Amino acid sequence: MSFDYDSKISKAVQQVPPSAIRKFFDLANEMKGHVISLSIGEPDFVTPWSIREAAINSIIDGYTHYSPNSGYIDSRIAVADYLKRRYGVSYDAKSEILITVGGSEGLDLAARALINPGDEVIVVEPCFVAYKATVEFAHGIPVIVETKPENNYKLMPEDLEAAITDKTKYIIVGYPNNPTGAIMTLEDWAKIKDVLMRHPNVIVLSDELYCELNYLDGKPASLTQFAELRDRVVMVNGFSKSYAMTGFRVGYLAGPHELIAPMIKIHQYCIMCAPSTSQLAVVEAAMNADNEIKKMRDEYNHRRRVIVQGLKDAGLDCFTPYGAFYAFPCIKITGMTSEEFCEKLLLEKHVAIVPGNAFGKCGEGFVRISYAASLEDIKEAMKLVKEFVEEHKR
Amino acid sequence: MIDDLELLRLIENNARLSSEEIAVMLGTTAADVEAEIKRLKDENIILGYNTIINWEKKAPDNCIGMIEVRITPVKNKGYDHIAQILSKYDKVTACYLMSGGFDLMIIYEDRTLRDIATFVTEKIATMEGVLSTTTHFILKKYKANGIIYDNPNSDDRQAIIL
Repeated sequence: MSFDYDSKISKAVQQVPPSAIRKFFDLANEMKGHVISLSIGEPDFVTPWSIREAAINSIIDGYTHYSPNSGYIDSRIAVADYLKRRYGVSYDAKSEILITVGGSEGLDLAARALINPGDEVIVVEPCFVAYKATVEFAHGIPVIVETKPENNYKLMPEDLEAAITDKTKYIIVGYPNNPTGAIMTLEDWAKIKDVLMRHPNVIVLSDELYCELNYLDGKPASLTQFAELRDRVVMVNGFSKSYAMTGFRVGYLAGPHELIAPMIKIHQYCIMCAPSTSQLAVVEAAMNADNEIKKMRDEYNHRRRVIVQGLKDAGLDCFTPYGAFYAFPCIKITGMTSEEFCEKLLLEKHVAIVPGNAFGKCGEGFVRISYAASLEDIKEAMKLVKEFVEEHKR
Repeated sequence: MIDDLELLRLIENNARLSSEEIAVMLGTTAADVEAEIKRLKDENIILGYNTIINWEKKAPDNCIGMIEVRITPVKNKGYDHIAQILSKYDKVTACYLMSGGFDLMIIYEDRTLRDIATFVTEKIATMEGVLSTTTHFILKKYKANGIIYDNPNSDDRQAIIL
């Protein structure tokens, strides 16, 4: 008799379906070698040298032990300085900042620290695939608010208001947005703030991993910048996207001590501390790399315009993205589902992109195209996408 | 309105972009890009367009010398007179006035060490005003013009769900 594994695995884990894009990535990986990939959600730049050097030096200097649970104080001070400089907001390095293993750990810690079984968490879709999953793993109930291309994928205050119930524990917002490339300006956030002021028990988890990749004015815009919300906004941030440091696995949470402290509690039992090497790379990144990220941002911006023009030339509708490094065009004129479109494009033209439904049901009919790729690859891919759309247009 | 610094940085890294491509990347029109490039050329800000070639692969025996030259400045003309004469030689690819222990740095490219030695001894050393020369030969290029040589630049990013 075979062992009944299904009955042993946590129901919370079982109920989360495997990622819709796993199959697609397996296919893309098999074809590796002659595929142009605009599917990857990470920068194509190598981490700026001064940051890599700081990491190397930390090892040479023997910083290879556990750090304090919340992170080296130097790393937390560097993050606090950065937040003051770039956001104009003040956090106490000692009690209000926790260095995490990437932004992802921050999402998980927030879910585990805040959710009681049955609590509702508002998830704004389309979004990063981990939002819903972390809530479900923590026995929360994700309540989906959909954003729409006609609103430039911004979160509409009335949609948020309609989703809030007395079971709502927190909302997760992620702008600049993966996968749409949408941004929220400070004026947009002000309208969300007004809604939140009417619901004083709702906490905000704001994922700002792409905060530096804003092509409208190059500045972060965030709910953390409203003093009225200071006591209930937790920022999830990190260095992966803006600083091309994905492999370092280092990020941070910033928020009021009362909310950060329980997250530190989980972190200290489950993770101990973020890797020392990465934490010391963060000091250099947060203190001295503003010019480096500007260089990358400028280059992404050039590619962004090439992608938007390329999609237009291909006959695909696409709202103009002003953030992150994604475009999210509509592919409905082909009559295909998102998955069919991506699979056929991969097989016929050897271009890999990601089906939009992977980021929420409302992503169906759309695809995510990453411009974290060389200009040559982007231009070649856009040519192939155009051919493909012409061959399959209905 | 084109940000001329942004335009210059763009074509400094890739001179082969067409005006149309640059226009898309900067969010402007090709006509504006062309007008701006013309202005920058007229003002001698854009001086030319080169291709970066790894000659070590195509002509591995070619030789590059870096020649330090100490000179006596000429009355009324300072260091410019000799620098301008040396700059006229086609094989002099760069000529700089330097601070420190010597005055001019000449970069000279030719087929063999002997060719460079001949240039130094017959052309530079014999010039009036030249006090001494010190010649260094480049053995291997690791990085030039901002480009790291032998950098395979392969994309090792893995497909990951995010």
